[in-house]
Amino acid sequence: MNLLEILSYGFIQRALLAGTLIALLCSVLGVFLVLRRISLIGDGLAHVTFGSTAIALALKMYSTLSLLVSMPIVLLASLGILKLTEKGRLSGDAAIGLVSALGISAGIILASVGGGYNVDLLSYLFGNILSISLEEVIIAALLCVGVIVLMSLYYNELFAIAFNDELAKVSGVNASYISSILVLLTALSVVLAMKLVGIMLISSMLIVPAASALQLARGFKACIALAAAQGCGSVIIGIILSILINLPASATIVMVNLLFFATAFVTRRIIYPKNSN
Amino acid sequence: MPGEIVVRTEQLACCYREGRVLECVSFEVERGDYVGIVGPNGSGKSSLVKSLLGLVEICHGTASLFGSRLKDFSDWHKVGYLPQSLNLLNPVFPATVRETVGLGLLSLKRFPKRMNRSDNDKIDETLYELGISDLKTKLVGELSGGQLQRVLLARAIVNDPELLVLDEPTAALDQETRERFYSMIADINRTRGVTIMLVTHDSGAIGKYASKMLYLDKKVLFYGSFEEFCHSPEMSSLFGEHSQHLMCHRH
Repeated sequence: MNLLEILSYGFIQRALLAGTLIALLCSVLGVFLVLRRISLIGDGLAHVTFGSTAIALALKMYSTLSLLVSMPIVLLASLGILKLTEKGRLSGDAAIGLVSALGISAGIILASVGGGYNVDLLSYLFGNILSISLEEVIIAALLCVGVIVLMSLYYNELFAIAFNDELAKVSGVNASYISSILVLLTALSVVLAMKLVGIMLISSMLIVPAASALQLARGFKACIALAAAQGCGSVIIGIILSILINLPASATIVMVNLLFFATAFVTRRIIYPKNSN
Repeated sequence: MPGEIVVRTEQLACCYREGRVLECVSFEVERGDYVGIVGPNGSGKSSLVKSLLGLVEICHGTASLFGSRLKDFSDWHKVGYLPQSLNLLNPVFPATVRETVGLGLLSLKRFPKRMNRSDNDKIDETLYELGISDLKTKLVGELSGGQLQRVLLARAIVNDPELLVLDEPTAALDQETRERFYSMIADINRTRGVTIMLVTHDSGAIGKYASKMLYLDKKVLFYGSFEEFCHSPEMSSLFGEHSQHLMCHRH
């Protein structure tokens, strides 16, 4: 099968379109999360997505309908993590761990009680972008546009809280409100990314492009642009490679992402040897 | 206008989860003052300025900025803040000096807080004024302690604040860089008329520049002009006459 032939299939076009949009979101958000040192929030929220998907499947709500159950639950969980950090005498990682444990244990209990839908639940664990429906592509596209518009409106405030909370507050930025926006947007992206790479690998879509961009970027905007380029490039290359050599798309996307990171890591040491430690 | 009260606290106490760190702190800062806030380690100096900026909870008493109670205060463009830089910096943060200084202009912006060409001119002008134009494309993580301090100062004054609060800005600097920094702040106070509140553990050096001294140890032990500080019997008994003389000897 050659490249043109691959690209002529409708299911691959849908996968590439939705995958690129979701990767764009995750990689841009990932820069802010990594710099605020809360990048594992993606992992925690992915575990909550697992629990919420188990609830959706127990209610016989599949595919697009399962998003209607997952989204409000994951959005609430993201705010819960923030509140636990602010009010619960907990550090961010402990709060993420708590919410994550709740999500995954609720998912396991529901899966065990429900019995008959375990196989469906497993498909959410590892993602299946090639089976994405037109309806899901449209929902992903609409949400992506919404998230990107919000991010561009709040860009400078997100930049300010990523740099330093205290300085942001004294510049009149409502840091708590902007943090809430950041985690809510992350929650939406995590639910969307579940279809792309599955619950197990969602955090890699948030962390790896940002980690690579931080190796090479000479400026904040450049960092975001590099992360976005890597995120989107990995999805396109990963999906095509997975078809050509018959591998699971989700894991191939993540491996391509990691390869980009390794390249950036080595390149930094060659270009900026003085600043590499 | 001279004589205008820029900062006022009344019976202020601020609290962390572990308990209170300040008790009954009352003082006023007038427009154009250069107040050196000194005191031993753990005396609550940083907590005091942070509580004035709304960064630490005030659990008793009141604080006001420019005549507004702190909880109602929204004119943050009138305030510049320079924290201790080493605690602040994430060494891998990818922002350039220009981008970092630009963050200081956010207090002047309404939603959506976008930058424009005149903002870029303002940033360049401030970098030039502080003699760091050559650093503008460098990443903040690549700067030395002294360079970083000047960049954060540029960030704090780029919005032309009327009050500049500095929290141990020279803690990580060598003696020569520290003196240069204090002198730069004195210039800003004199030429721009900016009111300064500077926290330091270095009572001797700040004495050369500050118009008022506030000596804090959980509560205010002394607040007055530098001359009064030098002749205060309370300060003599605290420091010893010889140390007080050394502190007060302006070069």
